Amino acid sequence: MSNDALHGHPEVVTTHDAHHDEHHVHHHKETFITKYVFSQDHKMIAKQFLITGMVWAVLGGLMSVLFRLQLGYPDQAFPWLEDILGRWAKGGKISAENYYALVTMHGTVLVFFVLTGGLSGTFANFLIPLQIGARDMASPMMNMLSYWFFFGGSIVMVSSLFVQTGPFSGGWTAYPPLSALGDASPGSKVGMDLWITAMALFVVSSLLGGLNYVSTVLNMRTKGMSMTRMPLTMWALFFTAVLGILSFPVLLSGFILLLFDRHGGTSFYLSDIYIATTQQALPNEGGSAILFQHLFWFLGHPEVYIILLPAMGLSSEIISVNARKPIFGYMAMVGSMFAITILAFLVWAHHMFVTGLNPFLGSVFVLLTLLIAVPSAIKVFNWLTTIWKANIRFTPGMLFALGFVSLFISGGLTGIFLGNSTLDIHLHDTYFVIAHFHIVMGVSAFFGMFAGVYHWFPKMYGRFLNNTLAYIHFWVTLAGAYMIFWPMHYEGLAGMPRRYFDYSNWESFKQFAELNKFISTVAIIVFAVQLLFLFNFFYSIFKGRKVTTMNPWGATTLEWTTPIRPGHGNWVGEIPEVHRWAYDYSKDGRDFIPQTEPIGPNESHH
Amino acid sequence: MNVVSTRPQKIHPHKFTLWLAIGSIIMMFAGLTSAYIVKGEQPGWSTVVVPKIFYYSTGVILISSLTMQMALKSFKERNMQQYRILLTVTATLGLAFLVMQILGFQQLFNSGVKLEGGAGAAQFLYIIFGLHGLHVLGGAIALLVMFLKAFSARVRNYNAIPVEVISTYWHFVDLLWVYLFVFFLVKS
Repeated sequence: MSNDALHGHPEVVTTHDAHHDEHHVHHHKETFITKYVFSQDHKMIAKQFLITGMVWAVLGGLMSVLFRLQLGYPDQAFPWLEDILGRWAKGGKISAENYYALVTMHGTVLVFFVLTGGLSGTFANFLIPLQIGARDMASPMMNMLSYWFFFGGSIVMVSSLFVQTGPFSGGWTAYPPLSALGDASPGSKVGMDLWITAMALFVVSSLLGGLNYVSTVLNMRTKGMSMTRMPLTMWALFFTAVLGILSFPVLLSGFILLLFDRHGGTSFYLSDIYIATTQQALPNEGGSAILFQHLFWFLGHPEVYIILLPAMGLSSEIISVNARKPIFGYMAMVGSMFAITILAFLVWAHHMFVTGLNPFLGSVFVLLTLLIAVPSAIKVFNWLTTIWKANIRFTPGMLFALGFVSLFISGGLTGIFLGNSTLDIHLHDTYFVIAHFHIVMGVSAFFGMFAGVYHWFPKMYGRFLNNTLAYIHFWVTLAGAYMIFWPMHYEGLAGMPRRYFDYSNWESFKQFAELNKFISTVAIIVFAVQLLFLFNFFYSIFKGRKVTTMNPWGATTLEWTTPIRPGHGNWVGEIPEVHRWAYDYSKDGRDFIPQTEPIGPNESHH
Repeated sequence: MNVVSTRPQKIHPHKFTLWLAIGSIIMMFAGLTSAYIVKGEQPGWSTVVVPKIFYYSTGVILISSLTMQMALKSFKERNMQQYRILLTVTATLGLAFLVMQILGFQQLFNSGVKLEGGAGAAQFLYIIFGLHGLHVLGGAIALLVMFLKAFSARVRNYNAIPVEVISTYWHFVDLLWVYLFVFFLVKS
């Protein structure tokens, strides 16, 4: 036990002393470095991922505010922009080149560093050992390395913002030739090399983490914790890790070929195209940009579920706890997550319907893509039936979990439009696509993450977050998210293409000037409210209301059987044994029955 | 600290993690060989004659797998003298394999097959065989660590898990090589 966990919690001290001789939980002395920096405790690593992810979210969010300023107010100059951005915004207007750099980095940062690293890095690390009943991960050392590779990747990615030619600006998907040719744009020079390096480090981090998560879930469950007794969070994080392990290596092979095209002179992706800036045709021949797209989207599509599945798992758990009802259709939930995991690998080409893919192949991918609607609909049905006629406690965590369900439905429905290769001829590369994926995987995954933070904050820091600030955060964010992305559907249906710097001189899309102004204004307000959340988070770590009971939410799962501030090793004394599934709420006239309670004589087994 | 739960286990977590990592490495090479197949159907594809030396390196890595297995067996029988010798032989064969791969690359390079301009079978060969070599190098470094441990007088360790992990990995890079080699023979 670490010492600080013992202060002010006499009941913990007693139990600790009682078991002192039998169990050697944590006896070596911890220094600041081993406790807070190179920590091997999964809980500390989770907090490191969370806070690094927050820094990234602020940076990535700020980038979107900056380019929304340009989109909303294309004819206005903001002199203060030059003060903070220097030559990126000469005369108070962001230049076209830097606008693309901002859009690219916004995508890269939020998809990989926040919603992959920040989301599953935080909750897989924090919850897996606590909810399956393990003292730590299978390999705490690899877990620590996973964070430090993530950190290293972060440093390299941030450094690319400061090089003279600027960060990569060819879109977060890094399609060649923009990504393969240094002459294609300033951002394709050293910025792209840093981008690839950072991403390679990120892939290593994800793999180290993922190997650990899967191995821990499968091998280190406590006595009685069969796979079907695990909370749905565990299943979700398990499938997420499996997806990562199988898809990230393919991305890495794509990047290796890209590196050889950039620096070895090979022609995997480059062909004899003519470059305007150098007035020359390339010596390369026979390269295929489609090849990169296949390799990229073989990761890229599973990546969507790597982001979404943890949010689904966290929401399922939080909804059940706060509805005080067992989750509806537990096995259907597990089955649909399994189906999503399998289908995730079979739909990647729907990102390539209009890039020169064989139309027949396209129709196969349409079928497989629309099949994903089935498990998704099962999950939505189960969430809704879980809250049906429930006595819901509207805690901030619960609100965000319900917000997640709302956004997942709204965003999922537009996915059915985009999954059709024929409709895609009109809708591809428009704001409709932007609206779809921001709602269904961007904002909804953020809601899942917020739900998780609000729900498990008491376990992380032994204090509560402030509820008033939390409610403001929730309502402004939910209303704001819909106000930002709902109008984009109309713009997209009208054909307004994405990735343009200025629409004000474009006759067809001039009409949206006021709408764009509205979207930008809301985006700024929503961003400001996220800062309020950050204030709440850091303030509450030190000054929040203290948690006084071990199980503040009345939940059945194992993490609430640990001391209020668990040390390294989680349980003082023996790891509890599990006798039932995780969802015995409102059963036999009792509010909840913890997983550790043996099955009574009149109960049937789960 | 006891991080391993008290529940009886079928497989040690470290071994299991290795199997997962192997799955991950397989996906990486599957990605590359699928890229090869996709690219092979594009115009401007060129084939390559695999240099003879790769046949010999195949033999070397197959033998090293055998010695690794014998090393594991002698470790389990506590025959430390034999274990050390076999481990040394395995590591040497591994390094010999790497040297032969580099010689093979040199031969190919000297016969005028370069990276610039093209993206046929030969360019894939450099990258795929090169990446495989890196994985062998990783294994060889792990063997070196085992080697130092085996000769250190201070440590008396009879835990077979690390030896089993490294031998499984070593057999895997061996099999991976056989797959890649046959793939290139068949496809070019």
